[in-house]
Formats: sequence, C-alpha cells, structure tokens
Amino acid sequence: MKEANDVILRTVSKAAVVIILTFSIHLFISGHHRPGGGFIGGLSFVAAIVLLFLVYGIDKVRRNIAVDFKKVAGIGVLISVFTGVGGMLAGKNFLYQTFGQVHLPVFGQTELATAVLFDVGVALAVIGTSLTIIMSIGDDR
Amino acid sequence: MIKVMLYLSTGFVTLSILVSIYRLIKGPSTPERTQALDALGINMIAGMGVFSVILRSTAFFEVILLLGILSFIGTIALAKYMERGVVIERRSSD
Repeated sequence: MKEANDVILRTVSKAAVVIILTFSIHLFISGHHRPGGGFIGGLSFVAAIVLLFLVYGIDKVRRNIAVDFKKVAGIGVLISVFTGVGGMLAGKNFLYQTFGQVHLPVFGQTELATAVLFDVGVALAVIGTSLTIIMSIGDDR
Repeated sequence: MIKVMLYLSTGFVTLSILVSIYRLIKGPSTPERTQALDALGINMIAGMGVFSVILRSTAFFEVILLLGILSFIGTIALAKYMERGVVIERRSSD
C-alpha cells in the first residue's frame, strides 16, 4: 500500500473536530426548548470521533482515548435508570422531573431541570453503543 | 418580488437535488456517486437556507450545521474508500 499523502485532510480535520465537539455540546445543552438533547448530542460527538478514526487510524485514537466504550454505555444506562428511580424515592412517578429558576454567578437567571441528568445518561449510552458498533464493524482485522 | 424569487429558487434547488439523486443511483462508477453525494448534501444545505429565509426563522441553523458535518464526513469516508480500499485503518502511516 502506497504512502498516504493527506496533509490537507489532517489540517482541516484538526480544526473541524473542535468545531464538531463544540457543536455537540451546544446541541446537548439546548434541549427541552429548542432542537437538541442527549441523543443527538451523543450522535454528533460520535461523528467527531469517527472523523478522528478516518484521519488518524483506529490504533492511534484508541491509544489516546483509553476508554472502554462498552463500560461507557453501561454507565449511561445506569445513570438514566437511577435518575428515573430518584423520582420514585420522592414519592412521585417513575421518571418524574422538575425544574426551577436558579441565580448563577456568571450566567445570571438560569432554568435548571433535573431532566438534564437523564440526558447525560442518554448521551453516554448513545456514545458508548455507537462507538462500540463502529469499532466492531469498522475494524479490518 | 423577493417572495417569488425565493420560491423559484427552492424549486430549482429541488430540481438540482433530483438530478443529483439520478446520478447517485445511475452513475456507472464510484467517483461519480461520491461527487453526486457531495453535491446532494450541498444542495440540501442551500435549500434549507432558502427555506429558513422564507419562514424568517433561525430554527433551522442547527440542521444546516449538522447536514454540513455529516456530508463532510460521508464524502471523506467514500474518498478514503476509493483511495485506500479501506475506510478505517488499524494503523496510520506515521
């Protein structure tokens, strides 16, 4: 196999990965009132990691992100289930959620919802599952 | 007047998307299909932009960004498949 000559791809992807990760965080925190949420935030995070896989190869990315993504998926599902059970401990229904207005130092008057904790679990589950699938079927072993 | 222009441009962008889909299905070789997929993504972004101008809404900007990201990654994956024969390599060259 001949040597790859992909200077342009490497240079562009170094900037694009940062933009995609920032956009995924924006999508994650803009749930509830506007399009976004845990699922699509996790999927765009996976898009950034897939771009890294395409450019740098699977070994280098696995060396630098030394996380077992099956465990990430399991931890995400556990977080989602336990935030649902937390509503039952307070005497409400399963997956009960509440929100309140809080005054934060930098952000000013902010609305904080407990559904964000559930969304963290959903995002971790989506990231773990998608990256496990991609690393399983994309490996050319 | 501007309304007519915007509606006409959505029509032409739709026509262009249809032509791209024809080339995507019919195209005899892989490079033509890759080019058609890239043009399809760009035309979808353009149509979404014109649509959000018609509706005077900023709700579609995230859709535009996401379409751009996914089209970029898809084009890179197909181009790398044509160049190297494999999409995700185990070891990089350096």
